[in-house]
Amino acid sequence: MTAVVGQGAAGSPAAPARTPQPRSRAGWAGRVNGLTLGVVTLWLSLIVLLPLAALTVASFGDGWSGFWAAVTAPVALAALWTTVLVSAVVAVVNVVVGTLIAWVLVRDEFPGKRFVDALIDLPFALPTIVASIVLLSLYGPNSPIGVELNATRWGLMVALAFVTLPFVVRSVQPVLIEVDRDVEQAAASLGAGNWTTFRRVVLPTLAPAIISGGGLAFARAIGEYGSVVLIGGNIPRETQVASQYIQQQIEIDRPVNAAAVSVALLVISFVTLLVLRWIAARGQEREERAA
Amino acid sequence: MITVAAAHKSYGTFKALDDVSLEIPSGSLTALLGPSGSGKSTLLRAIAGLEDLDAGTVMIAGQDVTRLPPQRRGIGFVFQHYAAFKHMSVRDNVAFGLSIRKRPRAEIATRVDELLDVVGLAGFQHRYPAQLSGGQRQRMALARALAVDPQVLLLDEPFGALDAKVRDDLRRWLRRLHDEVHVTTVLVTHDQEEALDVADQIAVLNEGRIEQFGSPEELYERPANPFVMSFLGSVSRLNGEIARPHDLRLIRSRQQAEAEASSAGVRVTDATVERLVRLGFEVRVELRHTSTGEPFFAQLTRTEATALDLQVGDRVWVRPTRTLGSDQAAPVRALPTEEEFPALAV
Repeated sequence: MTAVVGQGAAGSPAAPARTPQPRSRAGWAGRVNGLTLGVVTLWLSLIVLLPLAALTVASFGDGWSGFWAAVTAPVALAALWTTVLVSAVVAVVNVVVGTLIAWVLVRDEFPGKRFVDALIDLPFALPTIVASIVLLSLYGPNSPIGVELNATRWGLMVALAFVTLPFVVRSVQPVLIEVDRDVEQAAASLGAGNWTTFRRVVLPTLAPAIISGGGLAFARAIGEYGSVVLIGGNIPRETQVASQYIQQQIEIDRPVNAAAVSVALLVISFVTLLVLRWIAARGQEREERAA
Repeated sequence: MITVAAAHKSYGTFKALDDVSLEIPSGSLTALLGPSGSGKSTLLRAIAGLEDLDAGTVMIAGQDVTRLPPQRRGIGFVFQHYAAFKHMSVRDNVAFGLSIRKRPRAEIATRVDELLDVVGLAGFQHRYPAQLSGGQRQRMALARALAVDPQVLLLDEPFGALDAKVRDDLRRWLRRLHDEVHVTTVLVTHDQEEALDVADQIAVLNEGRIEQFGSPEELYERPANPFVMSFLGSVSRLNGEIARPHDLRLIRSRQQAEAEASSAGVRVTDATVERLVRLGFEVRVELRHTSTGEPFFAQLTRTEATALDLQVGDRVWVRPTRTLGSDQAAPVRALPTEEEFPALAV
């Protein structure tokens, strides 16, 4: 698709000067543009925009006050707070540990490195409910290692850390591979120790990748359901996360409450993505200014 | 002064440095010259501490630094591909070493401005490395290395990534800079012209060993072995001997050639002219050994070529006026006289 559009766009400005039938060519390219734009709009509408609009409308089924009451209900608010808090902690943990893992995978040589590298993607490939069972069997009741995280916020964090592990690792890894080792040696020759070199020379290069990986991990954790459903315990005001609260509200036939909290989640995710885009755009701007 | 003693370094079975000892005098500009894989970069990096030696010692200004990390060796290092801190402005790049040393802001600012002035980048303070040309980036890297007042400045193929014109300008500039700053400088290069152009001293390396160490003139005029001779300048081989092409005398008469040769104690080679190439005031005569069929060439001045009146296919007798190891340079060839210089312009 993009190739066709690209050809049309490249052909049309030069076309009037060279080809005998400039109009028809430009027209053909124009029709393709219209068609692709139409398909994209239709698809986004059917899959993303219309359902979201329907959800938003449903959440206002009892008017603005109903929406507000649903979102600020103590249990709902507690669920949202738990979700955001645990997700933020998990994102921060991922930023540190994920960067460290990426560093080890890129810079160190050890037996079984390829195996570990492949292992990173496992949380992506595994159905999240399987993750929940796996974690429950280790950290649940009758834990073989004597660590019971069942129905605690620690349990939530472990589950969310498990499913969001790949984000930071996989976004930092390729950037780190490209980092010029000469630059670190130059810093060393100028007197910088390892930590100073990392902080002042390497980290600024990795920062955009770390931030975007952390943001994606956060956004994923906000909406996670499957991996927390068993180990979380679903205790209202303690370990119940927003997605579980929504499920519960549907089950007790309160669709407006479910929709309202969903919209709240939607807004949080959307703002997170917007902030990420803004950071990325700022980084790009700096690169463009540099180029 | 930098002293390297009995340095050894291997990568697996490959010997990068094989018992290298070298004394680099203070304040000099020394080139480490050699083909790739000769160990010249390894030697430089060992002096910097970026590479650990398997055996041997490195002393800088009388201090044994063999076990010290690069941070504590008092060095400045310049890399072939600049190694610029891309996310920092030119000013911050140059200030890096000083800010690590926690110098007062005002002092850093003064020193950075002074250095940018020295390297001709005043007014570029707020640019980023990506906004500079290759030559400018390398000058920034030099300023950054000089900012910390290093005892020695180490340059690893500093002009290797630049195009020919910039490279020539920059190496002359480096020479002038060195004459002003006087910091002991070691430069790694594979380009013999570059080494001859900038260095006070040249160490020629080959296969992890130092073949010869001396002034450019010494190395050119009295090469220690065929490798050094052929690496610094062109050579012609005839009868198993090597000589500089401009040290070959072409003679049209056999009797005269043999008379001259027997008095000088050398052999005469019988050759045929294959091609004449006029390069400004030089004429390159491509020859072929009549009996062995080996090609070689001689360099004559225009005057000599005109006097000989050579044509393609002519038979000549060649005798070297000087070969490797013989120091009996007989000044048989006349220098071009003043009157002939206008002809060079043509």
